[in-house]
Amino acid sequence: MLFYLRRQVSRIRAHLDMPLFVLVLLLMGVGLATVYSATHSAGVGRLDKQIVNMLIALAFMLAAAQVAPQKIMRLALPFYLLGLVLLIGVALFGVTVNGSRRWLSLVVVNIQPSEIMKIAMPMMLAWFFHNCEPEPRLKHFAIAAGILLLPTLLILKQPDLGTSLLVGAAGFLVIFFAGLSWKIILGAMFSAIAALPLVWSFVLHDYQRRRILTLFDPASDPLGAGYHIIQSSIAIGSGGVLGKGWLKGTQTHLEFIPEKHTDFIFAVLSEEWGLLGGSLLLVLFIALVGRGLMIAVAAPTLFSRLLAAAISLMLFLYAFVNMGMVSGILPVVGVPLPFISYGGTALVTLSIGVGILMSIRTHRTLGKK
Amino acid sequence: MNRNMNAFQYGQQELAQFRRRVLFAAIGVFLLSGALLANLVHLQVFLHEYYSTRAESNRISLSPIVPNRGNITDRNGVVLARNYSAFTLEITPDQTRDLEATIDALSELIDIQAKDRRRFKRLLEEAKTFESIPIRTRLTDEEVARFTARRYLFPGVDVKARLFRQYPEGALAAHAIGYISRINDNDLAWIEQEADKYPERNISYKGTSLIGKIGLEKQYEFELHGVTGHEQIEVDAAGRAVRMLSHTAPIPGNNLVLTLDAALQRTAEAAFGQRRGALVALDPNNGAVLALVSTPAFDPNLFVDGIRFDDWDELNANPDKPMLNRAIYSAYPPGSTFKPLMALAALSQGRRKTSHTISDPGFFSFGGRIFMDDKIGGHGSVDMLKSIIVSCNTYYYHLANDLGIDAIARFMGEVGLGARTGIDIPGESEGVLPSPEWKARRFKSREQQKWYAGETISVGIGQGYNAYTPLQMAHALANVLNHGRVFTPHLVDAVTESGTGAARRVSAQPARQISLDPDHVDFIKRAMAGVNKEGTGARAFAGAPYTSGGKTGTAQVYSLKGQRYAGQSKERLRDHSWFVAFAPLEEPRIVVAALVENGGFGSQSAAPIARQVFDHYLLGKNSDGPAPEADALPPAISPAGAQHAVLP
Repeated sequence: MLFYLRRQVSRIRAHLDMPLFVLVLLLMGVGLATVYSATHSAGVGRLDKQIVNMLIALAFMLAAAQVAPQKIMRLALPFYLLGLVLLIGVALFGVTVNGSRRWLSLVVVNIQPSEIMKIAMPMMLAWFFHNCEPEPRLKHFAIAAGILLLPTLLILKQPDLGTSLLVGAAGFLVIFFAGLSWKIILGAMFSAIAALPLVWSFVLHDYQRRRILTLFDPASDPLGAGYHIIQSSIAIGSGGVLGKGWLKGTQTHLEFIPEKHTDFIFAVLSEEWGLLGGSLLLVLFIALVGRGLMIAVAAPTLFSRLLAAAISLMLFLYAFVNMGMVSGILPVVGVPLPFISYGGTALVTLSIGVGILMSIRTHRTLGKK
Repeated sequence: MNRNMNAFQYGQQELAQFRRRVLFAAIGVFLLSGALLANLVHLQVFLHEYYSTRAESNRISLSPIVPNRGNITDRNGVVLARNYSAFTLEITPDQTRDLEATIDALSELIDIQAKDRRRFKRLLEEAKTFESIPIRTRLTDEEVARFTARRYLFPGVDVKARLFRQYPEGALAAHAIGYISRINDNDLAWIEQEADKYPERNISYKGTSLIGKIGLEKQYEFELHGVTGHEQIEVDAAGRAVRMLSHTAPIPGNNLVLTLDAALQRTAEAAFGQRRGALVALDPNNGAVLALVSTPAFDPNLFVDGIRFDDWDELNANPDKPMLNRAIYSAYPPGSTFKPLMALAALSQGRRKTSHTISDPGFFSFGGRIFMDDKIGGHGSVDMLKSIIVSCNTYYYHLANDLGIDAIARFMGEVGLGARTGIDIPGESEGVLPSPEWKARRFKSREQQKWYAGETISVGIGQGYNAYTPLQMAHALANVLNHGRVFTPHLVDAVTESGTGAARRVSAQPARQISLDPDHVDFIKRAMAGVNKEGTGARAFAGAPYTSGGKTGTAQVYSLKGQRYAGQSKERLRDHSWFVAFAPLEEPRIVVAALVENGGFGSQSAAPIARQVFDHYLLGKNSDGPAPEADALPPAISPAGAQHAVLP
């Protein structure tokens, strides 16, 4: 029995990438401290819940690390199709929360299919390019674009601008790493810019337009949509270089920061830990991405290379979009800060992503042995 | 093999490209991180101070505590202005989502009428949105309870205990006391100017909504207001107070103790009855104002809450002009009340001896024009004493002609006519002391600027361009009786601090000295005593148990340019009735100047009013009713009326 346990532990340890693991633990530690500060005054036991969330997420991460990349590759198509079906299900039978249909009510839990897509999308596209023999041609890229657009548009229609952009970005990253020619990338970018007015008038919802408008001039609506940005800017700015100290942020504790333990947690961290805390956090994320890209470069197969690179950049993109929106340089799109924000769903998704990175890293090493 | 080679070559190529793309992505990561970091540096280093201030002002709500306004009491402690506490329902527009809907919902609970809404709307336009603005004042206890129970339904709405100004005596002495009302832009400029002038006085009107507009309330505004206190409260985003950081108590405004005698004032006002006019009673020994009447008056309580439009219209449209302070602003020709001063001028300048006698034929002819006396056939042989007692015009026609306008103007200016007395309420007018210089200033055309010798002659009997306020007439007489010691008339006796009770007395030092010969002054007193004993004041003062002196006057009603009031009823064309008087004779304690508009002869309506005031002040006799009109003395011709028709 003991022997069995020890073997299990050593198996798990064998598929653990120490640098990634340490980075994730550090981030989660920062997250716990900040969530505590953001919620303790409200007297709600958010900390226990978040610890549970993190333990679950770590379990998923370690579990994902055990799955060999080949198996992951085989899961890509079913996983993607499952996500797609659920998304269509949401569009038809979804539960409406806060004016948008994002959740599918199953008997036991409510699940958010767009969350599945965050991982399923890069998996699917990496699998697709892996199977283009001998090299992807233009038509393959066209098919890839279809694979990317279908779920992205479904999510956009929910409506969930932030997630659709991130899912779209995850897919695009794979296509980019797969070698889509610059001509097409630049061409697509220009046509996207050209299409912006159309998207603006026909695709975006009123509240999404307002959010983007208030990004450029938060003061125009200080009590409405601009309030979030103004208050978080005040929190960050008043934090200064060294911050006001843990548990001492006035913007945080007097409830001026909205969503302070979830999407706007970076404002809490910046208020209490200042520029120093904010830049250290940024360094942690850069290190995480750096490690991920190293794994990608060293990965043996096209599938694992593409997947690892896309997941790594996705992690960075999430962090960047969140910090950018909280500090007022990007529109408020509702993206949590990876490993820091309170909440289980995104945490589990991202941990699985890190687990996949670990799997790619460790199975390559094992394979060489 | 070939295919394998191709695959291998492709593999190598693909790998190289992948690495280039990863490198590109890594550069992208660094660039984006750099942008993020640059923005954080911008916010946390360069804008740190700005955002710190904003965080502080977010956190700390500085709420002013309005000090209690000082009370105003008369010399005997009768309260003329005070504060009382009442509950108001107030809305802070900033914290309210939909004002209209909120007010509608509130009106279900509390009686809110259309006029309340109108006033709220008006105040809203003037106020800042973060100030709380009253929608209803003077809530009943039941209304307070009803609202408090449902307060949670109304964010930004609150019941506040506010102090209201109250004038318990209503219209009594309204022109002297004045009123407070909503602060407007002019007031704000005034406050700012005052605050700049006296930085050490800590003038702050944060939270104060009312300010003195006229009278003592305006003059002593910065004594009465007090020093605003403040509370620093830490608030959360919902505006709820978390804890108090600091508290600076307000310093209540100082109280005013007046020289005014409310009972005397009431007697004087009552003596006027429905008649328009003014009365000023001074203590000649120190310039204290004992009564200051201007009738009709107004109820200052109407203004405190923001006067209603119909009340305001009524006050403004009233032909009797209740808002006009006749005692200090309206200037009337002094008529014969001018004669004692003319006599004194002649004595002082050595141009007449009291024994100088003329023979009065009933007219004075000058430059081909005839100036009439008021008695046909004249008063016969008239010396200076008789000239005052019988009010002989002819005597003063001669005298004015002999003195000349420059000497007259110099002396009258000296005793205090034609200049503001400096009384401690705003709105005093200068009156008109006619002289060639005045005329040159007053008129534009050469023709009009020229002074005619004939004009000097009508000035001599107090007609012509002469025009003085009742206050000036009382002041001038007081200055004479005082042997030339000039005291500035003042309504406030002392300013007392609310907390300590320490009193600052208004200085009773003479402002200046006019050189007068005591013998001349005594002569004037004797002559005026004669008026009340056997002259034009005799009927009004018949049976008075004290000695007194007086002089009647009758001011003709027409404007400076000689035009009659257009469209007025006949009553309004009657002459104004003047009476100036003092008592007792030996040591005068009170000087009165009374004017009744369109009251006819001075002896007829103004003198009995002065009698009632004296009776009250010297005997403690209360007669709270209009003074009876004395029988008109029988002169057949309206005084000087005829001669003016022949003036240029």
